[in-house]
Amino acid sequence: MNFKGIHVVSVRDFSRKDIEHILNLADTFIPIARGESSSTLMNGKIMATLFFEPSTRTRLSFESAMQRLGGRVLGFADPGGTSAKKGETLADTIRMAAAYSDLIVLRHPQEGAARLASKFSNVPVINAGDGAGQHPTQTLLDLQTIRQEAGKIDGKKIALVGDLKYGRTVHSLAYALAMFDTELTFVAPPTLQMPKEMIETVSQMGAKPKLVNSVEEVIAEADVIYVTRIQKERFPDPAEYRKVAEVYKITPEILEDAKKKMIVMHPLPRVKEISPEVDDTDYAAYFKQAFYGVPARMALISLITGVVE
Amino acid sequence: MKDLKLTPIKNGTVIDHIEAGMAMKVIKILGIPEPDSHSIISIAMYVHSEKMGYKDLIKIEDRELKKKEVNKISLISPNASIVIIEKEIVKNKYWVSLPKIIKGLAKCSNPNCITNKGEPLETEFSVTNGKDIKLRCLYCDRNVTDVLESIV
Ligand SMILES: [Zn+2]
Repeated sequence: MNFKGIHVVSVRDFSRKDIEHILNLADTFIPIARGESSSTLMNGKIMATLFFEPSTRTRLSFESAMQRLGGRVLGFADPGGTSAKKGETLADTIRMAAAYSDLIVLRHPQEGAARLASKFSNVPVINAGDGAGQHPTQTLLDLQTIRQEAGKIDGKKIALVGDLKYGRTVHSLAYALAMFDTELTFVAPPTLQMPKEMIETVSQMGAKPKLVNSVEEVIAEADVIYVTRIQKERFPDPAEYRKVAEVYKITPEILEDAKKKMIVMHPLPRVKEISPEVDDTDYAAYFKQAFYGVPARMALISLITGVVE
Repeated sequence: MKDLKLTPIKNGTVIDHIEAGMAMKVIKILGIPEPDSHSIISIAMYVHSEKMGYKDLIKIEDRELKKKEVNKISLISPNASIVIIEKEIVKNKYWVSLPKIIKGLAKCSNPNCITNKGEPLETEFSVTNGKDIKLRCLYCDRNVTDVLESIV
């Protein structure tokens, strides 16, 4: 794929080869992301970050990526006081931002907002999350974390744990992992299990996902445990929520049976899904995971602006 | 047309081979009868058909169908045929065909979809024909829950 000028709306816009190209480039940016070396790659370029709902983690990660590469950033962190608040359409806001910048990073509460933006923008748009919709750079950083912290993606036994029904992020990840040669297990209570449609999709791609409902069933085998948040609102009965949250919690006791090199991931922020005692163990990859967002986004930014091929 | 139990029309359109029981839905999506029109509309339901077993049939006097309307019909009755009559003679006859993408014909059923927020856009859906016809919104990437209800 020729990346120059493309919009990044969904991870489904990429092939496995495209993803590997992005991640290979991301690897080379790690020292710059750490501040160990500097770069002027994006000198003279401006990135607009339009955050119609706050997401500090994602916004800072994008801004760090751009600034580490020597570029500049403008935009807003929440829509309060912007013309959007005064009733301007998203289409018009996008046209305006496209006139001021070389690429747009959009976070928006409505699903499909990024697709809309891509139609009205003459500079590349990156979807930084649209409602319950897509969040492709999250998937890229998840894959980058697995490569870096577990060595590679192919051949790994990966368990996705928690709310697999409603989280689109975990659907995108499952889709991307199915492009690789991975053994997937979906670990969730029956009411929050991966949607049938998604299971069919990944099966058609050649994955043979296993469905289980406890972490104990996968802990000894897994190379990667990817934990997602189970939201209280999904349960009409608070007692039921507490029970489920307890069963799917990652604790030092559960990890006693894990492989030594197994890693635990989480998109953050976590609530109670992983007990704090796990943080200091070698299993904890979730803080590093946040870091890998920076090189992954650097790679994407430099590719779609055509600064790197 | 020996199965014709309806008065022939002079000028207008016959929608034939409608899936049995769907005629009223076709009427609904065409928005007929139009408030200020007194043209004859005849509807026959559960007519015997060698090809289909049963079928529905609609004859509309003094009315031509626009391309968009034919596409809408294809969504709820993909095997329908359209006959255009002029001066009691069949001027043209064709089968509807299901488009791969429809633009502006339907409304997304996802209330949180950007297409439902007053933006200057035309909705777009990909159309797949399996056991049922499915519409997938090209903006929010979700399937429309009720195809008939979604048609605008
Ligand atoms: Zn939609």
